[in-house]
Amino acid sequence: MEKRVVFRSAWLPYALVAPQLAITIVFFFWPAFQAAWFSFQLQDAFGLKTEFVGLRNFAELFNDPHYLKSFKITALFSVLVAVIGIAVSLLLATMADRVLRGALAYKTLLIWPYAVAPAVAAVLWAFLFAPSVGIITFALKQIGVEWNYVLQGDQAMALVVIASVWKQISYNFLFFLAWLQSVPKSLIEAAAIDGAGPMRRFWTVVFPLLAPTTFFLLVVNMVYAFFETFGVIDATTQGGPAGATQILVYKVYHDGFKSQDLGGSSAQSVVLMIIVIALTVIQFRFVERKVHY
Amino acid sequence: MAAVSLKDVRKSYTSDLQVIHGVSMEIKDGEFIVILGPSGCGKSTLLRMVAGLETITGGEIVIGGRVVNNLEPKDRDIAMVFQNYALYPHMSVYDNMAYGLRIRGLAKVEIDTRVQKAAEILELKKFLGRKPREMSGGQRQRVAMGRAIVREPQVFLFDEPLSNLDAKLRVQMRGELQALHRRLGTTSLFVTHDQVEAMTLAQRMIVMNAGRAEQIGAPLEVYARPATTFVAGFIGSPPMNLIPKEGRLLGIRPEHLEPCAESEAMLTVAVDLIEPLGADTIVYGHITGDPDGKPDGDGSSARVAARLPANAVAQAGKLALRYDPANVHWYDPQSGKRIEQ
Repeated sequence: MEKRVVFRSAWLPYALVAPQLAITIVFFFWPAFQAAWFSFQLQDAFGLKTEFVGLRNFAELFNDPHYLKSFKITALFSVLVAVIGIAVSLLLATMADRVLRGALAYKTLLIWPYAVAPAVAAVLWAFLFAPSVGIITFALKQIGVEWNYVLQGDQAMALVVIASVWKQISYNFLFFLAWLQSVPKSLIEAAAIDGAGPMRRFWTVVFPLLAPTTFFLLVVNMVYAFFETFGVIDATTQGGPAGATQILVYKVYHDGFKSQDLGGSSAQSVVLMIIVIALTVIQFRFVERKVHY
Repeated sequence: MAAVSLKDVRKSYTSDLQVIHGVSMEIKDGEFIVILGPSGCGKSTLLRMVAGLETITGGEIVIGGRVVNNLEPKDRDIAMVFQNYALYPHMSVYDNMAYGLRIRGLAKVEIDTRVQKAAEILELKKFLGRKPREMSGGQRQRVAMGRAIVREPQVFLFDEPLSNLDAKLRVQMRGELQALHRRLGTTSLFVTHDQVEAMTLAQRMIVMNAGRAEQIGAPLEVYARPATTFVAGFIGSPPMNLIPKEGRLLGIRPEHLEPCAESEAMLTVAVDLIEPLGADTIVYGHITGDPDGKPDGDGSSARVAARLPANAVAQAGKLALRYDPANVHWYDPQSGKRIEQ
């Protein structure tokens, strides 16, 4: 039974939600509308004159090969981050689920990376992979791999993917572990009696039960890769070399603050806003519905 | 179908935590055996050892002439029905039943024939496309049984399969299980804590307590001649009265007590509680003393239940009871073992 509180006063409920509304409006809606408004404007180089240009910023954007390249890079980056992140954390969670001795310590340690700030995580990995002094660079040289992410675009991409995935694994891991532990043991036993080996049990019984979680994490990880990896990229490659790791959100910052193209940058953030709204809608539409129990 | 034999089967988790203390039993091909006992007596563990879900610490389990101690569950040719049904929630009823057959690589046609046949027997035909969550408890239970049937295993293992059902459905499913066993004739092991299920389903039963088999026998035989005070106190509702007398325990079933005139009373009881059940009336009380009025030292506070005909006038106060000495059982109070007359 749902319990409802009924207010007799007409203004009290509004007064109670007002602080929350004020925060949402001032810090979320206002900047969002501001960005949307800027996206229709063009400023001169010194910020003295502002002109309304309609959709010209958007038109320019989608005719800009750099922007389209950034789109492709973002797609590649987010798919890599989401897929690798989910796969690795699923593997870790299934293994952690089987651990009996010292399980708590093991699980606690796996959760720690989540507490590390993105920029710090990135610096950590940047050091390990540093072209001149990195330990991993040295190891790679020993096996004949010429590693220099400052010059090689795909290596730079690999570095930011590794750093971003490493940060996100803990989060995915927690979700997977919780779900794995909620799968009834008798289901696995029933499958064992039915003749399924461990791999088959996992893919035909356990994984389908994890499917809603996996989908949820896929969306969350995509959003993470799209928006929250700014720190990682800024601390390592800064979008380089030659824009090889310049994802959309980094380009927004770069064009807006470094190139001072406020209108173009705002147009980009409006595009990003639309993408995140779409992702959220997908998340709510499908994740809520596709639960098995 | 196959015979199953348990030879001094033992299970311990650590050196000082033993949960099964050597159970031996020969189960004939096609027999329906019920393993009965209170919670924590090791009955489910024993069943799971037969299934291969628990390792066997000592002894041997033989199914159809094969020692299965080190075989995986899938190689033991058994099927199990779980208490919570353990249906695969993301699969349809059809797929739930077909899953094991597909893994075993049966031909599609053969799988379909078997599933359809099982669905026919269990009246699940119109539910084959449904998911388990869209079904009631009784229907899910039937799907779980269907999943066991289609495999055509040598042995069925049932782990308290009816305990999640409501009382009415339980009676109905009990009947269906019996009919199913008559029809298929597959060797079955059925674990329960419910003595009515045990009495009605079993051809023979094992009464377990604290990891030991207290008695193995046909239900009526176990009821008529309980081997230990535990069995006497566990089977029957209310259970057998155990009254200390002359250094031994006198056992008498509540239904073997009848009211009588005070002059011929063999037991005099001070009534504590009267439960009229319609068909009969159960009277609970405690012994006040010997019929001849002398206080009976050790038996003065023993509790007694008597099942009296509904027309017997039961009232608070004293109740004189007598019994036929032929219905009396004697037990050793120390070992709890039956003393044969």
